[in-house]
Amino acid sequence: MRYTLEMRNISKSFYGNQVLKNVNIAVAAGEVHGLVGENGAGKTTLMNILFGMPVIHSTGGFEGEILINNERVNIDSPRKAMEYGIGMVHQEFMLIPGFTVTENIKLNREITKDNLLSKVFGKSMRTLDFPAMRKEARQAISTIGMSIEELAVVAGLPVAHKQFVEIAREIDKKSLKILVLDEPTAVLSETEAERLLDTIRYLAGKGVAILFISHRLSEVLKVSDRITILRDGAVVDSKPSSSFTVSEIAEKMVGRKLENVVLPPRKKEPSDEDIIMSIRNLKVYMPGEMVKDFSIDVRRGEILGIGGLAGHGKLGVANGIAGMFPAEGQVYLEGKPYKLNDPSYALRNNVVYLSEDRRGVGLLLDESVEMNIAATAIEAFGQFIKKYLFMTVYDRRKIREHALEMIKKLDIRCKSPTQVVRRLSGGNQQKVCLARAFTLNPKILFVSEPTRGIDVGAKKLVLDHLVNMNREHGITIVMTSSELAELRSICDRIAIVAEGKLSAILSPKASDAEFGLAMAGELQEVLQHG
Amino acid sequence: MDRFLEWLKRVDIPTLIIFLFLIALFVLAAFTKVSIPSLLSDSIRRIGMNGVLVLAMVPTIRVGTGPNFGLPVGIIGGLLGALISMQLGLAGFTGFWVAILFAILICLGIGLGYGWLLERVRGQEMMVGTYMGYSVVAFMSIMWLMLPFKNPDMIWAIGGKGLRYTLALDKYFAHILNNFLKFKIGGFEFPTGLLLFFAGACFLVHLFFRTRTGLAIDLVGQNERYAISSGVNPNKARLIAVVLSNVLAGVGIIVYAQSYGFLQLYQAPLFMTFPAVASILIGGASIKRANIRNVIVGTAIFQTLLTIALPVLSQVTRGDITEVMRLIVSNGMILYALTRTPKEAR
Amino acid sequence: MDKLKKVLISYAVPIAFSILCISAVLIARIPPIFLASEIVRRLSRNTFLVLSLIIPIIGGLGLNFGIVLGAMAGQAALFFVVDWKIKGLLGILVACLMASAISIVLGWLAGLTLNRAKGREMITSMILGFFANGIYQLIFLFFIGSLIPFRTKQFLLPEGVGLRNTVDLYGTVASALNNVWMVRIGTVRVFVLPLLIVAALCLFIAFLFKTKLGQDIRAVGQDMHIAEVAGINVNKVRVIAVIMSTVLAGIGQVIYLQDIGTINTYNSHEQIGLFSIAALLVGGATTRKATIWNAILGVLLFHTLFVVAPSAGNKLFGQPQVGEFFREFLAYAVIAFALAMHGWRARKILM
Repeated sequence: MRYTLEMRNISKSFYGNQVLKNVNIAVAAGEVHGLVGENGAGKTTLMNILFGMPVIHSTGGFEGEILINNERVNIDSPRKAMEYGIGMVHQEFMLIPGFTVTENIKLNREITKDNLLSKVFGKSMRTLDFPAMRKEARQAISTIGMSIEELAVVAGLPVAHKQFVEIAREIDKKSLKILVLDEPTAVLSETEAERLLDTIRYLAGKGVAILFISHRLSEVLKVSDRITILRDGAVVDSKPSSSFTVSEIAEKMVGRKLENVVLPPRKKEPSDEDIIMSIRNLKVYMPGEMVKDFSIDVRRGEILGIGGLAGHGKLGVANGIAGMFPAEGQVYLEGKPYKLNDPSYALRNNVVYLSEDRRGVGLLLDESVEMNIAATAIEAFGQFIKKYLFMTVYDRRKIREHALEMIKKLDIRCKSPTQVVRRLSGGNQQKVCLARAFTLNPKILFVSEPTRGIDVGAKKLVLDHLVNMNREHGITIVMTSSELAELRSICDRIAIVAEGKLSAILSPKASDAEFGLAMAGELQEVLQHG
Repeated sequence: MDRFLEWLKRVDIPTLIIFLFLIALFVLAAFTKVSIPSLLSDSIRRIGMNGVLVLAMVPTIRVGTGPNFGLPVGIIGGLLGALISMQLGLAGFTGFWVAILFAILICLGIGLGYGWLLERVRGQEMMVGTYMGYSVVAFMSIMWLMLPFKNPDMIWAIGGKGLRYTLALDKYFAHILNNFLKFKIGGFEFPTGLLLFFAGACFLVHLFFRTRTGLAIDLVGQNERYAISSGVNPNKARLIAVVLSNVLAGVGIIVYAQSYGFLQLYQAPLFMTFPAVASILIGGASIKRANIRNVIVGTAIFQTLLTIALPVLSQVTRGDITEVMRLIVSNGMILYALTRTPKEAR
Repeated sequence: MDKLKKVLISYAVPIAFSILCISAVLIARIPPIFLASEIVRRLSRNTFLVLSLIIPIIGGLGLNFGIVLGAMAGQAALFFVVDWKIKGLLGILVACLMASAISIVLGWLAGLTLNRAKGREMITSMILGFFANGIYQLIFLFFIGSLIPFRTKQFLLPEGVGLRNTVDLYGTVASALNNVWMVRIGTVRVFVLPLLIVAALCLFIAFLFKTKLGQDIRAVGQDMHIAEVAGINVNKVRVIAVIMSTVLAGIGQVIYLQDIGTINTYNSHEQIGLFSIAALLVGGATTRKATIWNAILGVLLFHTLFVVAPSAGNKLFGQPQVGEFFREFLAYAVIAFALAMHGWRARKILM
């Protein structure tokens, strides 16, 4: 079989954390190949490898090989990728806002004319041929069947139009052999999405190999010839799309064999009678993770899971409560009104938050383990301080004592409490974060993506520590995670967020298909039909 | 040996080069007729004289806004304090401490305004600071001509309008710190008071960074979002850092002036910034991290270099090459710090 | 109404400066003929240098404080032209060629340096200027006459090593361009050739931004990441932009100095960086946007104030010194203001 694109045995690690394991994928000319998976499954990384993005090569490259028309190629920059005829419609727009539609469509592929200077100084001094560029840009736009003014400046266009300009740019590439579309319909309305799918079919009809990435499973099913499902950086299934149904795909995307974790019993089971925090109509303005209208009651002593697809707002909830992003709505802590948008208020009321962005928010990477554990407690509560001369300074001895205790308790593997956190492994970094949270004596602990970027062995340890904090110390935990399996392994209830709203609250024992559909926001739909 | 290599890896290459160059100069000095004890006492004096100004770099670097290129802003406050003390006709320690007191008060005010401005231009502090420094110096040059100082020691002898370029402090507080508990061993002179003052300032700043406020500044500099999630108000932390830096600059220039024996007005504050920035960088600081050790080591190396280079090199080459050398060394050092990629230790 | 407000805000700097200029002219009571002849002359003398700043701004590098490198190259070239006694237009031509050659090397080095300091280009280019000044002094104070041969002893310091503080160009290339074609309008003398050269440069810049290279520079200036993904070699484009700016500054400095007639060996280049940047900003440019018209308007306004400030200061305060400090203050304050606006806007975009 002759494939336009083959990626063989692709593996990739970021900071010692493997995100792709021996991935194989092949696309023939004229084929629309759907690529689906939860966020963090490795789709975007795979596409970044294909496109030679700098982020791959600045983090040590990848293993495996890429073949185009059965020939091995080495793609080390976007420029190379383009030379091989690979086009990409990116998840975040790759358009220059101050340029016109024409200039963007023709970016770095401008049509030029000779002039006096160019004959002396070479090609780069050739004049741009604007009328010709404009004509071709217009042609590309009309291929999609859109009416976008080709001289309009991109910055002022509606989002959907920007998306179509991206696609027009790819269509305009005469040498286009492979087109990658990364979540192209995410910002489109239904009719617009329909038009886009038509364009995809049109391009496939012209012999372009197409890789289509989307969370909208019904669309993938509708337009693709073949579907590959990624989970945890590995291919779990790849079959013609006719042999799948939406719920099958959903199941394979999230499903895992559940280890039968036996959770220790509680003295008193949490109940709806005893609500520790009540959230009503929460809105959080977190770019990329907007929460539009979220309400839930958190029961004292439970472990509540929050799941959902990336971009739907599950991460926004904890960030909003902790005051990291602007939020509005009514929140009550133990029946009393709770002030939003004030991180220090949250801390003072023992609402503690561990960020999903461990390296960016959760840690002081160049500081010692002990300081990472103690700094927040010093700032928020004035713990570990002493009088010295006429000033109140922090007390190194007390900090050390506490840090040693925490290191022992959480089994943090470090050379000494003074070791710089950057040098610890992901798992031990997360334990440092947990130690920091524990030091703050939380009533409710919001913890987001606690196992992201941690190897398998350490994942279990971190989860065990969370369960331990919950059972032994009675700390209510709200855990946000994109790994459904881990939510299901330790949570009492799991809230699924879709489109910034609460889509369903499910028991951890609910079926894979139910979870998959709740995430896609299609749960009700199925229930109606079935 | 391994430990030595380990230590070598930690030291910055430019710091090492400059240090080796310094040793070479000392070796060279041994062969010339220059008296080493007098060189050493000169260098010690200059360390104490410049140290506090270098110390002023610490708060802004630690809060993440880079070296305080707006040093002249704070220096102006110090000059005003000294001028007021002179106008009041105060001499000796009274004059010195009153000058310091006024300098601190004025710098607090100026610092608040300057900090407010820098908050509005996050990300461009170094550049805006530099030009704020220039503008303020030019503006104050007009003010020096117009302000109603009347003391005849301070204004132009003839014509009588405006302050002089350099004001002699002999009758006021010149060498007041230098001479405090001063002792001599042969040709070597030790300005005890000056160094005590510098050490005291270092200690206070060191202590400050162990208070909650100081720690907040550190947190903001290292990871602003971590700081926010720890309940720190980063805007306030930055403002405090800028004010502290300003106050140190104001105090620093008075210490400098009493040791030099003259108060320099008009363009002079401009020439303080780059050597101070370079000093702390030579001491091993980066534009994101600095501590007191960097201040002491950097000032010591840089000032010793300048003191020893003048007499030694002038015997080898003709003319005063030190000024040029200072330009190259200090700006080269800053350039290096700006262009190096942050050490991502893994 | 809103539109008017917008226009007023975006032209706030030139408008404020116009008002300042007009009031200064009125206060100083400078004869208009004198003012006119001064302005025309400064237009032909300084505009080229100011124009050299435009390309890096559009390339996203901000204000290129590194044009002092080009200015140094221009001066270095003139020293040798004077030493070799090449006179008149030929001297200018040789000086320009030499200045360009040196500037290409310096600009290349500067470009590489700035590529290592993305996001802090302005402060880096400024420090680079200071650093280069140190090297320049080392060469022309200590090496020339000793390591580097120099025959014209009257320009050297008494010991025969190092250049004097001023090197005069009279008798060699002073006014060589000015004198080719001079037109008298009343008592106002207009030097046509330098003005034509400025016009040619304006045309070249306008042309450049209609070429492929110009388009790449614009794209890189707008968004480096997107340009990179589109396959543009961002680092190379940035280096080219810096080289172009440095070369133009080198030639600009030659034009400037032939008009002045003497080289202030250790100062001319320093001042020129400051005054060119201030002039461009006064003309309404920002650290991210600049046009030819900003440059021309800026030279007009800034130099009007430059001419009249001392006498206005004298009239107002009875001290010409006040006026001098005041114009210096304005130059710095304008830059500080523009930078503050830059920081402020950059922050607004982020929010």
